[in-house]
Amino acid sequence: MRFIVERDALADGVIWVSRSLSARPIMPVLLGVLIKADKKGVHLSGYDLETSGKAEVVADVKEEGTVLVSGKLLSDIARALPNKPVTFSLDGNRVSVISGSAKFALPTLSVSDYPNLPELPSETGRLSGDLFAEAVGQVAIAAGKDDSLPVLTGVYVEIEENKLILAATDRYRLAVRELNWDAPRASAAALIRARTLNEAAKSLAGAKSVSIALAAATANERLIGFASEGKVMTSRMLDGTFPPYRHLLPSERSATAVVEVAPFVDSVRRVALVADKTVPLRLAFNPGALTLEAGVGDDAQATEELEIAFDGEALSIAFNPTFLLDGLAAVNSAYVEIAFTGGSKPAVLSGKSSADGESDFSYRYLLMPMRYSS
Amino acid sequence: MEEIEAEQATILHIDMDAFFASVAERDNPELRGKVVVVGTGPRSVVTSANYAARKFGIRAAMPIGQARRLAPHAVFVEPDMRRYSEVSEKVMEIFRNFTPLVEPISVDEAFLDVAGAKRLLGTPREIGSAIRQKVESQEGITCSVGIASTKLIAKLASSRCKPNGMLEIPPDQTLTFLHPLPINELWGVGEKTGEILSKLGLKTIGDIANTSRATLIRAVGESAGATIYELAWARDYRSIVLNEPEKSIGAEETFSSDLDNQEEILGELLRVTDRVTRRLREEQFMARTISIKVRFGDFTTITRSKTLPLPISATQEIYSQAKALYVALNLERARVRLIGIRLEGLLALNGQPLAAQPELGARDKGWSEVEVAIDAARDRFGGEAVAPARLLKPPDLPGRG
Repeated sequence: MRFIVERDALADGVIWVSRSLSARPIMPVLLGVLIKADKKGVHLSGYDLETSGKAEVVADVKEEGTVLVSGKLLSDIARALPNKPVTFSLDGNRVSVISGSAKFALPTLSVSDYPNLPELPSETGRLSGDLFAEAVGQVAIAAGKDDSLPVLTGVYVEIEENKLILAATDRYRLAVRELNWDAPRASAAALIRARTLNEAAKSLAGAKSVSIALAAATANERLIGFASEGKVMTSRMLDGTFPPYRHLLPSERSATAVVEVAPFVDSVRRVALVADKTVPLRLAFNPGALTLEAGVGDDAQATEELEIAFDGEALSIAFNPTFLLDGLAAVNSAYVEIAFTGGSKPAVLSGKSSADGESDFSYRYLLMPMRYSS
Repeated sequence: MEEIEAEQATILHIDMDAFFASVAERDNPELRGKVVVVGTGPRSVVTSANYAARKFGIRAAMPIGQARRLAPHAVFVEPDMRRYSEVSEKVMEIFRNFTPLVEPISVDEAFLDVAGAKRLLGTPREIGSAIRQKVESQEGITCSVGIASTKLIAKLASSRCKPNGMLEIPPDQTLTFLHPLPINELWGVGEKTGEILSKLGLKTIGDIANTSRATLIRAVGESAGATIYELAWARDYRSIVLNEPEKSIGAEETFSSDLDNQEEILGELLRVTDRVTRRLREEQFMARTISIKVRFGDFTTITRSKTLPLPISATQEIYSQAKALYVALNLERARVRLIGIRLEGLLALNGQPLAAQPELGARDKGWSEVEVAIDAARDRFGGEAVAPARLLKPPDLPGRG
């Protein structure tokens, strides 16, 4: 095996497949990245039995062949190489990597023990990399981090005719993003670990088109796959049933506030300084003004007032400041519209491009207020 | 112009003498002059022993059975934690009349810094004597006082003048005092570290001081090695910490006989949980980390803990976490001797009303609200007024042992 490849293309591919490597895999060969050189170019693969990653790298292949080398070492080296062409060649049972004056000899692992990677299911639909990254980022933030409740660490992906719906909840907040897309298949659903999905989506941002593939409910292997521009990733779906969430979204409202996001975020950050990040931030919404307050008694206190547009019955509500900030960042708009049904009922945050612009309900962040016992 | 003062011994370590036993003796004059051991029940341990009892070799943490064999004629007294904390409060109050810089370490010991009190109240030695007199005349118990320029030396000094004594180590005699002491007297040298150091041939604190820092770090690790080296040279820069926030709240229960029935064990777990969560709420805390401790019949002990994303305080919520930890152990009829729970990652509410983060779709009143009402009822009608149903004793049957 012998080929020459550009440093950037190599690093990009290696980093992509390294995402699918586990630090402590069940089989030692899974520590490796498989490098296969043939007439079409160089194909890299990484697999940890949960997720798999493949990347095609354009290369000048002089001699075909397949090797398996430590993924950790390969990605460290790929990142550190000078920006010059890199020559890979098999030299006895070592892979030599030469770039400019830098020379490495890497031990190889046994290729014959390397498992087959799962097949990418057939395509369900396509969307742009930026849209995909935005939508996933908006919901992944609400996913749980507690591994003892695996179902809640996932993002629920649902396909309904030409709609793609993403949802995640950690029980205290729920984020739902809907978008239209062209899907040949009518309906499908999958639950995927939020961290895996978010990382994949982030690194596909910028891609013109991302293909999403959900294995049919009847398939042997419950997989979801993404493919874009020579990169492929598959991930096993999480077991379990995502809790029904639609009934949680309130169908009516008693009041609506419209607040400019940037100053609101600054105020929340400042006021929350005086208290632990899990202590409630108290908000009093009145026509024309929003008062933020934290801390009581002899402790440090902070208060701040913001000008807002408010319509409906005045109300006081308390939020976990971190959860509120997450939501304000996730609406990804200049203005946020907050719909209330009362001080002890969940509030719904949505984006708005301007103070009197149209509300964009394609994203909703439902946040349960904190409650005082007294 | 203020004179720069030479380094002075202004740190006092005050330790009550056989505190629980002394309080028991004072409250029950018929115990005077007798061998008194606090701790009852054949399966628990000695929590305190008076000096008469110590002559028989009875020590704190010794199983009661063993203490009984050593001194069959001793009087065994039931511990009364409420009483001890009352007396402790009064003693700490006495300390605070001498200096505001009081750092209680436990119910029966505290560090004081009297640097600022010298001008008004005299030398540290004079202040120490005055405190000892006051504690004895006002509370009827004695204490021992160590005076030095650092916390470490003050504490070592007080332990060397017990009972009812006072020992001052002037700064220039610190090393003469410290270096001949055995290594296990040094803070940070427990059983394990002590063993490693002994293997290196180190017997006294002076031996540690004369070993290179690098060698100590290689032997016992970066942080422990550096710490014991500094301490061996009496370099202890910790100052008096006021009102150090409580780091954890816990309780445990040794059963009168080993239990192997999961339902029963969980019942006991609920009982101790109920006890600690009530204290948690009384002291205005919420907790993020819940840990349980299980001791088996053969004394092996395990702990398991879980940290939550959000702090909680409701008994039912904390119990369900504790229960999950216990159930995850997958014990099959193992004989359990003791069960305990500890709450850490405490968040002080400091007078803020208790706030909880309910789940989406939660009912308007959750467990926290119910338990605030329960705590209020208990305050009015006594501890047993309201309790989880499974903890209620059947009225016509004798209570559980």
